[in-house]
Amino acid sequence: MSDTVLDAAFFVRWMTAAAASVEREAGRLTELDSAIGDADHGNNMQRGFVAVVKVLEADRPEAPGGVLVAAGRQLISSVGGASGPLYGSLLRRSGKALGEAAQVTREELRAGLQAGVDAVAQLGGAAPGDKTMLDALVPAVAALGTSFEEAATAAEEGALATVPMLARKGRASYLGERSIGHQDPGATSSALLFAALAEVAK
Amino acid sequence: MRMLINVAETVVADALRGMAAAHPDLVVDAENRVIVRRDAPVAEKVALVSGGGSGHEPLHGGFVGPGMLDAACPGEVFTSPVPDQMVRAAAAVDSGRGVLFVVKNYTGDVLNFQMAAELAEDEGVQVASVLVNDDVAVTDSTFTAGRRGTGATLFVEKIAGAAAEEGMPLERVEALARRVVESSRSFGVALSACTTPAKGSPTFDLPPGELELGVGIHGEPGRERRAMMTSREIADFAVDAVLEDLEPRLPVLVLVNGMGATPLLELYGFNAEVRRVLDERKVPVARTLVGNYVTSLDMAGCSVSLCQVDGELLRLWDAPVETAGLRWGR
Repeated sequence: MSDTVLDAAFFVRWMTAAAASVEREAGRLTELDSAIGDADHGNNMQRGFVAVVKVLEADRPEAPGGVLVAAGRQLISSVGGASGPLYGSLLRRSGKALGEAAQVTREELRAGLQAGVDAVAQLGGAAPGDKTMLDALVPAVAALGTSFEEAATAAEEGALATVPMLARKGRASYLGERSIGHQDPGATSSALLFAALAEVAK
Repeated sequence: MRMLINVAETVVADALRGMAAAHPDLVVDAENRVIVRRDAPVAEKVALVSGGGSGHEPLHGGFVGPGMLDAACPGEVFTSPVPDQMVRAAAAVDSGRGVLFVVKNYTGDVLNFQMAAELAEDEGVQVASVLVNDDVAVTDSTFTAGRRGTGATLFVEKIAGAAAEEGMPLERVEALARRVVESSRSFGVALSACTTPAKGSPTFDLPPGELELGVGIHGEPGRERRAMMTSREIADFAVDAVLEDLEPRLPVLVLVNGMGATPLLELYGFNAEVRRVLDERKVPVARTLVGNYVTSLDMAGCSVSLCQVDGELLRLWDAPVETAGLRWGR
């Protein structure tokens, strides 16, 4: 698996699978968000990924990096909230790091996503343990060095690990102690992204 | 769920079409979600642009017009607008003297306005931003996203808007806006949760007979829940929470703001209690505004905002304003 080369078509399939997964799980994301946020995460992510699929169908970039840059730009322009700039920057910066190569390896993708995750941390000013999407993204990118499946598992475990955490960033932080006991919606949607990646890599 | 809507997906677009029909002095671009005063760009005037999630009407679109905002960018319900909207708005209203973004302190608004400011500057528009963070219910520390922007946004948009209308340069308008932020504090109380059109059920569970103290304007729960209190008791609690933090040395502007589902009859009764507490605490009141200005959909409840004002701020507060939501003077 480690020698697999990933082309632009693979990245389009990833984004399409992510859109389908967000669509399926939108209700759950909104439900999680109503416990510690403002009950809109599912709808916002759904709206964003519908737009991503549409733009990739209309104008398919030729390089993996181009796919992620286009997807990220579209999320920034259509999602709003904190998720728009954060997810948008994640994909856009990852795509920029991949450059114009027509094919990339899993290791190159890992390095690219690391640049994206760094951008998210910088933009949101958060660190792992703050009960944010980073709690799924950071372990997932680290595990991507091993395999796609390991990355998906690490993201899922990272999302689950946010349950006992005290929120320190975003709207959930207003709740203080009352944020404890709820799974972070952003970490949950981040895990969906890596589950979709593992699915298309099978 | 009793809502006067067609379908949840078109709530914002439908409201914008209705605004366009009601207010011919506004240019409402329902597709791109930008509301602009019809005479923009006003020559030689600094422009004010604000925006945020929908569901807080009349904020912000209802405050577009002479003496207040030049443009507003409504997002989805309780979701910040996207950068494209603010870039478009800035380009539409900039006279060449620059644009001030008025941003409520929520992670989403901050990030989207920050991206918009960078993009607008790339297009040659000079942009300054002021962050409104007046809600004393949230601890302002590195362990939270910081204080939320709530009722004081109206003070900032009115006073900075008047300053811009007088022809002040961008640095002056920005400095005045900051002074208003530093001079303002708010505290909100919910008697019921609100229901977003997309979710269709209350955003948090508040049993009858209880209230939520320190609530935000997005249906986010507050810091403390108690058994139902009287208007008198709520005023004591809310005003003291504000005064503990503000300690005004000057007369104050008072905003007694309804969250959307509390009748004016109750808001005026509450204002009487707010005045009683302020009198007891020996805080002189310069002006009072009572009504639904920074709402939270169909939430029942209220907030109290105070802004201490010197002669200049009071003069700018009293200056004429002609918007859908606020109109006086001339």
